[in-house]
Amino acid sequence: MKVEITVNGGQLATDVEDRMLLVHYVRDVAGLTATNVGCDTSSCGACTVLLDGESVKSCTLLAVQADGHDVTTVEGLASADGQLHPVQQAFREQHGLQCGFCTPGMVMAIVSLLRENPHPTEEQVRSGLEGNLCRCTGYHNIVRAALAAAGPAHPRGQDEDRPGGGVAP
Amino acid sequence: MDGDRASVLGSRVLRMEDHRLLTAGGTYVADLRVPELAGAAQVTFVRSPIAHALITGIDASVALGEPGVVAVLTGRDLGDLNGQAGQPMPEPLLATGRVRFVGEPVAMVITDGRYQGEDAAELVSVDYEPLAAVVGFGAALADETLLFPDTGSNVVATGGDEQGAGDAMFDGCDVVLGATFPNQRVAPVPLEVRGAAAAWADGRLTVWASTQNAQIARATISGRLAMDQAAVRVITPDVGGGFGAKIGTDRDAIAVAWAATRVGRPVCWSETRGENLVAMTHGRSQRQTVRIGGTRDGRILAYRLDFVQDLGAYPRGAYLASLTRLMTSGAYEIPRVRCGYQVVVTNTTPVDAYRGAGRPEATAAIERAVDMFAAEIGMDPAEVRRLNVVPPGSFPYTSPTGAVYDTGDYAAALDKVLAAAGYRDLRAEQARRRERGDTMQLGIGLSVYVEVTAGDHASGETGKVEVHEDGTVTVSTGSSPHGQGHATSWAMLVQEELGIPMADVTVVHGDTDVIPRGTGTYGSRSLQLGGAAVQKAAAAVREQARGLAAELAGATEAEMELDPRLGIWRVRGESGTELEWGKVAGQAGIEGLVADVLFVAKSPTFPFGAHVAVVEVDTETGKASLVRHVTVDDAGTLLNPLLAEGQRHGGIAQGAAQALVEEVLYDPDGNPLTATLADYATITATELPSFELVASQTPTAVNPLGAKGIGEAGTIGSTPAVQSAVIDAVAHLGVRHIDMPTTPQRVWAAISAAAISAARGGQ
Repeated sequence: MKVEITVNGGQLATDVEDRMLLVHYVRDVAGLTATNVGCDTSSCGACTVLLDGESVKSCTLLAVQADGHDVTTVEGLASADGQLHPVQQAFREQHGLQCGFCTPGMVMAIVSLLRENPHPTEEQVRSGLEGNLCRCTGYHNIVRAALAAAGPAHPRGQDEDRPGGGVAP
Repeated sequence: MDGDRASVLGSRVLRMEDHRLLTAGGTYVADLRVPELAGAAQVTFVRSPIAHALITGIDASVALGEPGVVAVLTGRDLGDLNGQAGQPMPEPLLATGRVRFVGEPVAMVITDGRYQGEDAAELVSVDYEPLAAVVGFGAALADETLLFPDTGSNVVATGGDEQGAGDAMFDGCDVVLGATFPNQRVAPVPLEVRGAAAAWADGRLTVWASTQNAQIARATISGRLAMDQAAVRVITPDVGGGFGAKIGTDRDAIAVAWAATRVGRPVCWSETRGENLVAMTHGRSQRQTVRIGGTRDGRILAYRLDFVQDLGAYPRGAYLASLTRLMTSGAYEIPRVRCGYQVVVTNTTPVDAYRGAGRPEATAAIERAVDMFAAEIGMDPAEVRRLNVVPPGSFPYTSPTGAVYDTGDYAAALDKVLAAAGYRDLRAEQARRRERGDTMQLGIGLSVYVEVTAGDHASGETGKVEVHEDGTVTVSTGSSPHGQGHATSWAMLVQEELGIPMADVTVVHGDTDVIPRGTGTYGSRSLQLGGAAVQKAAAAVREQARGLAAELAGATEAEMELDPRLGIWRVRGESGTELEWGKVAGQAGIEGLVADVLFVAKSPTFPFGAHVAVVEVDTETGKASLVRHVTVDDAGTLLNPLLAEGQRHGGIAQGAAQALVEEVLYDPDGNPLTATLADYATITATELPSFELVASQTPTAVNPLGAKGIGEAGTIGSTPAVQSAVIDAVAHLGVRHIDMPTTPQRVWAAISAAAISAARGGQ
């Protein structure tokens, strides 16, 4: 079946197998491999992308369901001049990633979360990330990154017990 | 180093790895688009759906007729390469004759496309004649059904002190307590599942593998496939987490590598999560019996641990039991200590290293025993620990099981964590809630731990530092990062030694053609061995450079100095003699300005710490929530506190996960009940608080960095603290123990059982 999907601003028209998952379309047809597959039950969130600006797990949609729609992956997040999106920047500054496998999905989930709720509490961030698994960070610095990207308006402020993120090398 | 300047060591330096991972994503095995893999076929495994059965026939004829099917390969095609001839419990690459766990690979379907592989694999017809399954410790020890009939027993090994030996060790104790509990089986769940790709050309096999050690993988692959090591190249692309379960390489990946030599084109394999949860190794899985005795005033006099280690279907992790035994007495100075174990096989997924590998099990056992002892004598568990930890003046301390703890101050770690947690206030709040009879009760759990890192210090690690003529540096490390941040840490070490900025330092790893010697990353060994090797190599390069710079300047070596801020050589006190690193490197000529170091430490190191977990338990539903977790994790001198904290965070979460939610389950026939992430309760962000980390650095003299390992400490300390906190929350209701994971059902059942018991006692 022929589909026309806009991925990171570029329109692509291709014939795809009816049963092709959107995540495989993004990785194998569009050639954007940052979006990962981490499970087969829509549990881990590694495949999270934005569909028309809202986060979806791209293993849960068929490519044909995205026909005529707009997909954004982490490759499409930084601005054209290479400036990182505030969420990407916060991940770096707060050491929000280790092995990097869950990261593209986490970043997209947080971008979507902050669009819906620009100044979430820590609890709201944690609740919003329930569908995204990370095995390296214990979520601590991912949550900090989300709060840092949201800016200072969240009510609980920074942690008191330790200094914030690091310094650039 | 010459001169004064601010050291980068010990700074919170942001990672050099992150920009790529955040903008383009890593390149994991499934992302490889290299020319050597162009036109690669997909490998899909046919796996056993039965825990224990004889294979009576495999018919691939229908599958072979399906679209896109290139080949179907079985153990018969592997011939002599398949088995492990001479091993008492051989593990073939593809099962022939008998399957021993659900998920065991039986055949490989090679197809043009991924979806075709999944379709065709379902059409490979395997005839099984089911056998009784051996599931659980009791069934294994009963030896009524044997996994390997020729061996005569399911017991792989026994070790340590014999059962019954030393019964007199508890003589003279006012109080003696015992209990038996599981340290349950858990799944490592790296977010990237297992994967491999392979290409065969001109008599050489190139294997891309998601592994923690390219060089060990090469040895295993070449050994199993009867090839010269020189004929095998292993490349480690980005690796999406390992946690011990990606040490070396599994049989599946070896079979994939072999397939490339058979089908005339390269092959790729990425398993599904469903496969991962049954065919990647699991961790823990011990049944522990503890016995502890001491005086009513809190002195522990004797401790005994007897355990059964379930290794699943094949004895890959036979060494785990000895690590548990080594750490039997934990952080305590106990006059009489014994430990004995049996290692068994069962019809379940094989068990091997998982974050901590044998040490979390030992720590969980003794910490539980100490808490039971404290409860029995009515003493605060913090006070019992303070009375019994190895005193600070005793280091190096040789434990009764022969571990030599290098440095430590366990009482100080305990005091620091208690102060940071506000322990007294927490106990007061707990007392108020108990008095009020609140539904939401507070529990406080403690642990004090010591663990062993770089246990294989004698293998050492390699580090090569080369300065190029453009003044940049390449570091080649035998260590194998998969999230730990080596590219940043090794660049920090180079900047420190040479004054060359981190941005000009490239770290390469995980290609056996480029780095033939190396050991890799596991057992919290990287910084103390691999980092030390890089530091020594950089220092050697600096001294070579001093001679070269002297030649260029027409001066003596003693007259040359390195300006560490600018990374420039000059004759001391003479302006106008400045020499940049590139120029100095050029003077080295064809030999290059390079040093290649194998650093071997004389002994392991013993990180230590103390944790306080605070939980709230809803006594009506049994649900336990971890609301605070405060830790001291002392890993010696820190190179980059930002990265060390990240390791602690991840470790704490995985340890808490075992205490609270995670458990691999089988039914009595050996069918896995937790084979998807919808069933296996991988801990999520909602189940964890932010962690409160307390700084503590007690250097070791074992390596020049003063560093101990930090990768596993958080896991080792957190599991017992969290479990203890849950029990503590309902202790006033008469509960003395709850098995892990402390699920709502278990907690609720324990409260109910205690209430019934109290009611009966009151009649």
